[in-house]
Amino acid sequence: MQRVNKLAVFCICLATSIVAQAGVSEYRLDNGLKLIVKEDHRAPVVVSQVWYKVGSSYEHNGSTGISHVLEHMMFKGTKKHPPGEFSRIISANGGRENAFTGSDYTAYFQRLEKSRLKVSFELEADRMRNILLTDEEFRKEVKVVMEERRLRTEDKPESFTYEQFNAVSYISSPYRIPTIGWMNDLKNMQVDDLKDWYKRWYAPNNATVVVTGDVNAEEVYALAKTYFGPIKPSTDLVPPRPQTEPVQKGMRRIQVKIPAQLPYLLLGYPVPALLGAQNDWEPYALEVLAGILDGGTSARLATRLIRGRGILTSASAGYSLNTRLASLFLLQAVPAQGHTVREAEKVLLKEIKELQTTPVSQSELDRIKAQVVAGNVFERDSIFYQAMQIGTYETVGLGWKRIDEYVEKIQSITPEQIQAVARKYLVGDRLNVAVLIPLPMNEKAGHKTAGGQHGHH
Amino acid sequence: MVITNNIFRFTLVLCLSLASSLVQATPEIQYWQSRHGAEVYYVHAPGLPIVDLQITFNAGSARDGDLSGLSSLTNHMLGMGAGGLDATQIAQRFEGVGAIFSHDVDRDMAWLKLRSLSQKKWLDPAVDTLSLVLEKPNFSKKDFDREKKRYLISLKGERQNPGAVASRAFYKAIYGNHPYGNMPNGTEKTINNISRNNLKNFFRKYYVVRNATIAIVGDLDKKAAASMVERLLEKVPSGKAAPPLPEVAELKEAKTIRLSFPSSQSHVLMGQPGNYRGDPDYFVMYLGNHALGGGGLVSRLGEEIREKRGLSYSVYSYFLPLARKGIFQAGMQTKNTQVDLGVKVLRETIRNFIDKGITEKELIASRKNITGGFPLRIDSNKKILGYLAMIGFYKLPLTYLNDFNKKIDAITLKQIRETLRRRLHVDRMVTVIVGGGQ
Repeated sequence: MQRVNKLAVFCICLATSIVAQAGVSEYRLDNGLKLIVKEDHRAPVVVSQVWYKVGSSYEHNGSTGISHVLEHMMFKGTKKHPPGEFSRIISANGGRENAFTGSDYTAYFQRLEKSRLKVSFELEADRMRNILLTDEEFRKEVKVVMEERRLRTEDKPESFTYEQFNAVSYISSPYRIPTIGWMNDLKNMQVDDLKDWYKRWYAPNNATVVVTGDVNAEEVYALAKTYFGPIKPSTDLVPPRPQTEPVQKGMRRIQVKIPAQLPYLLLGYPVPALLGAQNDWEPYALEVLAGILDGGTSARLATRLIRGRGILTSASAGYSLNTRLASLFLLQAVPAQGHTVREAEKVLLKEIKELQTTPVSQSELDRIKAQVVAGNVFERDSIFYQAMQIGTYETVGLGWKRIDEYVEKIQSITPEQIQAVARKYLVGDRLNVAVLIPLPMNEKAGHKTAGGQHGHH
Repeated sequence: MVITNNIFRFTLVLCLSLASSLVQATPEIQYWQSRHGAEVYYVHAPGLPIVDLQITFNAGSARDGDLSGLSSLTNHMLGMGAGGLDATQIAQRFEGVGAIFSHDVDRDMAWLKLRSLSQKKWLDPAVDTLSLVLEKPNFSKKDFDREKKRYLISLKGERQNPGAVASRAFYKAIYGNHPYGNMPNGTEKTINNISRNNLKNFFRKYYVVRNATIAIVGDLDKKAAASMVERLLEKVPSGKAAPPLPEVAELKEAKTIRLSFPSSQSHVLMGQPGNYRGDPDYFVMYLGNHALGGGGLVSRLGEEIREKRGLSYSVYSYFLPLARKGIFQAGMQTKNTQVDLGVKVLRETIRNFIDKGITEKELIASRKNITGGFPLRIDSNKKILGYLAMIGFYKLPLTYLNDFNKKIDAITLKQIRETLRRRLHVDRMVTVIVGGGQ
């Protein structure tokens, strides 16, 4: 159990101020578990997160949604702690807990008063290898997940459209898989599938523990050795295959016709992620490009298309550079009253065209740089956010140290580089389009009010 | 900018902040009145070079009168330009120095918020811009006409959201003609009826010094905070404070409202008028509800609806205390075919809770969670700002945070049982069910 590395994040010097130095320590246990601690002593609290390298992009057809269902089952007990007890213990310690699943990760977290970190470690260590996974609990919980799918996707026209759009915008890349899983896959899922999935991915050598808050890194390390140290590593951990997306050769377009009130437009272009990018400035240039379009009320989409010409009622543009695999640069819009999705598409594409032909102005670039510098300070107000950032960068394979290059890299982006990525990636033959076409909802039918008694009861 | 697709194990309904305390850990709140009578609440937080400021007016949607949506639209238009500068120019002034300007309303409050780096060079221009917005917003015709249309589209969009449809029906059924009965974003009819003059008059009447409270948290000393406030309010008229809102009437009988909606799930809401800020029963009701449905999955509703039966992903109950009685609401969503079972379990769980109170074990568990988690409530400048704004607006004692844990610790089982029976009436609740398919 040697200590790998202890680095202090270099202090980020703003034009006018120096932010207090923030210490980050990194350790690795003998069983392969990685621990990253970021001390922040402003409040007597601690955030503890356990990140596993598994998520919906690790899944296969027929068993989509399995990582997320497993996440739910992680609260259903071990030999030591019966179902629900985990949550009761955290609660009795004044804690807040939850878990989340994304394409690239599954993570569990607690927020606690600082002296109670060991409560989190003890329980997380137990459920890293020892959950029960009974058929009875699984049957109930998968129903909850189906309700979750209805709530998040089936009954939300825009989410439903996005899911379809996403599924056809990738051919080979597993990013086409919806994290919540297809309904049919949820219906056919078996508890044995989950046992295999759990055994395969839940191991110390596939996990990163991130702790931020009012703690001492060496003490956290000692605590981690006590609780996570004895867990045996997995000996047959095989990382997922690359499943690289082939280059798109021509525009793809779909329609989604469902009961809804408003039309909706989605545009997506395949772009590189920071991890594995051939030119590592390109993702940052795309990030700045997103800021030019949608980095605030004074950005182009709001100024020109929502307020200026009044063609869109809402619009956004965005991109995540910290993903495991290449993803999409996304634009979405709802046309204003009296305007169509066709017009919406036309004006968005015109904005893209302008980014290709005309360098952005210095004042726009300066605005984004000021926002990035300030944003970097603002995000330190949340220790939870800081842990999220570390966990994401680590789990996708970038490493937490690259968080610190963000401000500097963004600052170095030039108008020519923005133009270059617009020309290279935001081109017609790489465009994916989805349009939500609303069908009538018949919402007026059957309005009944019963007074004085309880309807059917 | 970044689109995230994380899905969480459960969703928590966030109600307006509430608090508890450890004496040594609470921030020191300083209070004073500005030169012209605005109340100022300030906490010095030198840990990060940030200043957070919120100015809150007693001008929420409860002040709409017949023009539901007036408060919201007025506040919204404050982002559409001031002093002859248009929306883009105003936004550039904030965003050019990295500041974040936001503004919104709820039923009681209308607020403007600023987050800036604390260095003078960054902070001063942001405060000056905010001051311009407070002094002379444009309310231009072009902006007004367009933003009205955006409100109408967004209201239309709400009708594809069963949860939003349910919530609107729920408020109407609980409050009737009380000002809390309307949704802050209005209706298609009332938005169409609002004129630019309505906005200007609303602004002149309510966005005045004596109707304002200011909360400041950050890396600036008291003197700098005080002079910032004076600069901010320099040209804002004194005016007068808004009068108290009418009391909320209790419901006389149960009411069940079913709205057909082409969704795969039915959304269920159940409740009645709850409690208010400064309510003598507030802490007792808060603690009791924690055991019913406020503690996430570690609560009776979480256990009965989700853990035992797998009926719903999200299930909860909460009190939303306002100047007058805000809602008590319990809610869940389940596939259409099992909604009757869902409603039954929800109602019986609430009935049992009111009739029998909670157990000693539940009391201890909830108390431990509330008091043991106190430091988490004030672990960032942003959260502290939320408490200051709340304490200031509702004129709660400055010792509110210090007293919270003591109050929670003093609550007995008998008190909970007695209070719940007196304040909640399962046979006089509103039930809204939206769903059922085509």
